[in-house]
Amino acid sequence: MSGETISQMVGRLLDGRATARANVEAALSRLTEHGSYNSLISTCEQRALQRADQIDQSLRKEPGRAGRLAGVPFVAKDNFLSFGAPTTAASKMLRNFQAPYQATVIERLEAEGAICVAKSNLDAFAHGSSTENSDFGPTLNPHDKSRVPGGSSGGSAAAVALGSVPFALGTDTGGSVRLPASFCGVVGYKPTYGLLSRFGVVAMASSTDVVGTLSRSAGDAALLVDVMSGRDPHDATTLDRPSDLRYKGGLRPLNVGLIEEFMGPEVDPAVKAAIENTCQKLARMGHRVNKVSLASLPLALAVYYIVVPAEISSNLARYDGIRYGYSAPRAASLEATYGLSRDQGFNAENKRRILIGTYVLSSGYIEAYYQKAQTVRTKLINDFKAAFKRFDFLIGPVAPATAFKLGQNTKDPLKMYLTDVMTVGASMAGLPAVSLPAGSDPAGLPIGAQLIGPQLSDGKLLQLAQDMEGVN
Amino acid sequence: MSKVTPEDIQKLAQLSALSVSRTEAEHLARDLSAIVGYVEQLAAVDTAGLEPTYQVTGLQNVERPDEVTDYSDLRHGLLDANVPNLRPDGHIGVGRVLK
Repeated sequence: MSGETISQMVGRLLDGRATARANVEAALSRLTEHGSYNSLISTCEQRALQRADQIDQSLRKEPGRAGRLAGVPFVAKDNFLSFGAPTTAASKMLRNFQAPYQATVIERLEAEGAICVAKSNLDAFAHGSSTENSDFGPTLNPHDKSRVPGGSSGGSAAAVALGSVPFALGTDTGGSVRLPASFCGVVGYKPTYGLLSRFGVVAMASSTDVVGTLSRSAGDAALLVDVMSGRDPHDATTLDRPSDLRYKGGLRPLNVGLIEEFMGPEVDPAVKAAIENTCQKLARMGHRVNKVSLASLPLALAVYYIVVPAEISSNLARYDGIRYGYSAPRAASLEATYGLSRDQGFNAENKRRILIGTYVLSSGYIEAYYQKAQTVRTKLINDFKAAFKRFDFLIGPVAPATAFKLGQNTKDPLKMYLTDVMTVGASMAGLPAVSLPAGSDPAGLPIGAQLIGPQLSDGKLLQLAQDMEGVN
Repeated sequence: MSKVTPEDIQKLAQLSALSVSRTEAEHLARDLSAIVGYVEQLAAVDTAGLEPTYQVTGLQNVERPDEVTDYSDLRHGLLDANVPNLRPDGHIGVGRVLK
């Protein structure tokens, strides 16, 4: 597991020791070499090489005007609309879909010279925690091919962990960046809700969907959010950039709260030990770590699996076999076109979530399930607010255990859902969180530590993460 | 604990514009019963005096200028690439929906 960070790669380009074309060719050849991990759905080779040549040309003309990501190849999860390859969301439903425009975040990365070289694998429509729900086959964990990479951004995490590209884009609705980062041993950053535009990202659950990054360092995550953030007229939920997004200068001693609810007897001892080590590291850095209890945090998963399917059932209504996407060829009537196209285009997990969503929104159930969940969500947010009165940041594991075996949870959807138990809280409250490599278990599988901050503390959160990378 | 039956699944499938086979309905009924059973723990949570949260950043009435944007170049790419039956006159061929 090696590879350069973004800043090292840009440095070599500006020194004249590399070209954008060489960077792209090397990335594509590494991705091909690691093809057996199935981290990709497609490559954008032709467009990537064209863009690389353009960047090399303009660098020769005006070397002083290089973008901050000049010639840096990256991979985008295949639920980002982009040119040069289809955008499938890993679903049969969109197998041949050609994006007519690009996601705002891709446009902003390209404006600084980054080059999208491939589209990565995910659970279809990002519905999953293991990347096993992809209609294009599962991605394998770079540390152990018999295990899952986590999901739903499993392809993006694997591509970064394998050293193929310095960073990848993912999306995080309930942990889909943080969990695969933890299982694959890379940095996974989920920003404050609304900090990055979702325009051009295939919608899953609009009240928690965020764009996130997978990278080799927290410094790279900070650079990427700096490039991509800011209001987008095409996404009305976007926020103004906070002035301290690019945090400068050292951090005074911070109060960090260790979440008690995440350190119970059900958590793998190796995971607990890794989190305790991380807390000791924070203490050596001069920060104060104390236990904190968020009583409603264990309820977050139940809230999540009501609210999110409800929003999924609404967002996926657009796939009707008429406007775009898969259309059943032999449907005899309009109703049959809807029913058969959706039956054949969606996989079992997509259908399960649509049906749960329809159930909790049904007349007679909406108050008992959906409204109740949204009210417990308020209670959860209040618990976080109370904790952030005493603590600058919270810490805990990303998941109760390390990467599980392929097929281990596919027969039991509820067991699969429980994988997200430690990540959904920050999602339901719109909080920024980062998954940092924190050692490995006796089998050599990576463990992630999760830091969670109040809304818009992203700059400081990533600064703390960077400081931690410099300490043993 | 709520039990979701295969008949419930057929009803939900109809509401969701999904076709579900009989075997599938049986599997889904089992899955949904377990999931609904799990999320039902929220019924016991005291939420007296609390309002529901539908969005987390408190933005209200976000507006942008009411200006015409020309998407004609996009429309071209969209139609060519994504419409299987695009006729030379620019119309889109679709299946018959009326009897």
